[in-house]
Amino acid sequence: MGSLQLKSVRKSFGNVDVIKGIDLDVKDGEFVIFVGPSGCGKSTLLRIIAGLEDATSGSITIDGAEVVTVPPAKRGIAMVFQSYALYPHLTVKDNMGLGLKQAGAPKEEIEKRVAKASAMLSLEKYLSRRPAELSGGQRQRVAIGRAIVREPKLFLFDEPLSNLDAALRVNTRLEIARLHRDLKATMIYVTHDQVEAMTLADKIVVLDAGVIQQVGSPMELYNKPANLFVAGFIGSPAMNFIEASRVGVADAKTIGVRPEHLALSRDGGEWQGKVVHVEHLGADTIVYIESEKVGLFTVRLFGEHHYAVDDVVYATPAAGQTHRFDADGRAIR
Amino acid sequence: MSKARASLTRTSLVHLALISYAIISVFPVFLTLINSMKDRNAIFRNPMQLPSPKTFDLVGYYTVLGQGDFATYFQNSFIVTVAAIALVLLFGAMAAFALSEYRFRGNTLMGLYLAIGIMIPIRLGTVAILQGMVATGLVNTLTALILVYTAQGIPLAVFILSEFMRTVSDDLKNAGRIDGLSEYSIFFRLVLPLVRPAMATVAVFTMIPIWNDLWFPLILAPSEATKTVTLGSQIFIGQFVTNWNAVLAALSLAIFPVLVLYLVFSRQLIRGITSGAVK
Ligand SMILES: Nc1ncnc2c1ncn2[C@@H]1O[C@H](COP(=O)(O)OP(=O)(O)O)[C@@H](O)[C@H]1O
Ligand SMILES: [Mg+2]
Repeated sequence: MGSLQLKSVRKSFGNVDVIKGIDLDVKDGEFVIFVGPSGCGKSTLLRIIAGLEDATSGSITIDGAEVVTVPPAKRGIAMVFQSYALYPHLTVKDNMGLGLKQAGAPKEEIEKRVAKASAMLSLEKYLSRRPAELSGGQRQRVAIGRAIVREPKLFLFDEPLSNLDAALRVNTRLEIARLHRDLKATMIYVTHDQVEAMTLADKIVVLDAGVIQQVGSPMELYNKPANLFVAGFIGSPAMNFIEASRVGVADAKTIGVRPEHLALSRDGGEWQGKVVHVEHLGADTIVYIESEKVGLFTVRLFGEHHYAVDDVVYATPAAGQTHRFDADGRAIR
Repeated sequence: MSKARASLTRTSLVHLALISYAIISVFPVFLTLINSMKDRNAIFRNPMQLPSPKTFDLVGYYTVLGQGDFATYFQNSFIVTVAAIALVLLFGAMAAFALSEYRFRGNTLMGLYLAIGIMIPIRLGTVAILQGMVATGLVNTLTALILVYTAQGIPLAVFILSEFMRTVSDDLKNAGRIDGLSEYSIFFRLVLPLVRPAMATVAVFTMIPIWNDLWFPLILAPSEATKTVTLGSQIFIGQFVTNWNAVLAALSLAIFPVLVLYLVFSRQLIRGITSGAVK
């Protein structure tokens, strides 16, 4: 239980095409993340899966059953929203239980499931409070609890962490990862943050402008990006792109090297340049270098390194770690 | 605290302006009230004077209450006003929800059509309305008044409420849909409670013109059994002699029911007016 297929799903608002033909297979128990820049149609796609928005064309099947004409409540899904979307006039307990109550579940069953979910999320103390009396992190946990109580085939998360502060975001991320392990449920999670995507996903779907750019495991996307967009989007700091002609590579238009795959030396190497800025992050040192040969590029060094602005340095790409792209931006393998 | 002290002059100026406005607004009411308790001579000789033991006279109130039918008039006014407010709020809110929530062909056009009613006075259609009421046998019934006032109040209600409903979070409504709430439950249980301040605002703006109206009661329901307070008070205003004691007493009495209704809504209303400021 809990598989999902999308077949050439399209969505237009008026004459603006937002989703331009999405095909996707999600297996039971998978944690799939849609990642992409703001406005690329991630939320719209999620809302189409939930049934909150009608697809203009295409088919959606959950567990092998076509659901295009099925209302959201009957699709066996639960959704967690960025803005929490808790019912302001209901207590935490009633917020979590409303879906089951509407579905006509017996009272004891609701009690039992709410108790279980609130224990999982350490919400027992707050069951009789209203959303206004909770902190942001607690509200988001209630929203997650409300989804768990429904025991859905498919969990849908729409940027659930983006309203939380940094520390809470890490905690809640861990909590969601733990939930996925415990519940073994299928989860679809939308974010614009590639770190969230890399840390949580079994499978990442990179979207841009309503089109899937690449589907793969986090390491596949990192090691074998299919095109320039994915190469630049996954990884931080972003990959360095250099015109192939400037470094004498004939069979490609652009080459890409990740900042962590460049070695730096004061004595000699392939690309000579001058340091323009240095960022010390403790575990990492990020060095920005302006080079006559290849332009501005970034180097990520592990640990502390003492380079100063205007130092002359040499960078050398690690063997086998350069990516080549053709004139259309596709990776050459 | 230092910030508050720095703007002391500003605060006092603002308060001065507000206090003068309040005095100007309340003064006619005050005048009506004090003169309703004076004898006829005192009303004309010293209209500004408070009632003294010598001039104190409740003859106006005796006349009005002794008229016998005044209780009925009050009841009619009350029924018409409350029923019209209820219908305006119900239908206005439902229309506003549909306009703000659903994308359908002609949505904008429909919104404009409903808003035009704010600009065109309903009284222009009096003759047609009267003909309609005659044809349906509704002349001299409270139903006629309730229907007309509902129609009169809906445009403004739709206009104000649809703006407010647009501000209700889509996520909240979608959460309700996923939890299996029907569109009606979403409207009544999620959206209406959140726009309550706006509803109160609409209620007050709808109520006052209805309570004070003389035109439609006079034309559509002038019978003794369906007279409203405003129409009922007219019997004391004659072409040649006007019983000022009675008129003033009737007006003073007519203030109280509106005051009660206003107090019921006012807590919500103030929240409605200041909701932008505090949130
Ligand atoms: N109801 C709507 N009407 C018109 N355009 C919309 C609507 N909802 C979303 N869009 C447009 O669709 C695009 C994708 O939106 P969305 O799915 O919210 O992006 P994301 O979640 O990836 O940031 C945006 O350009 C947005 O303006
Ligand atoms: Mg979004």
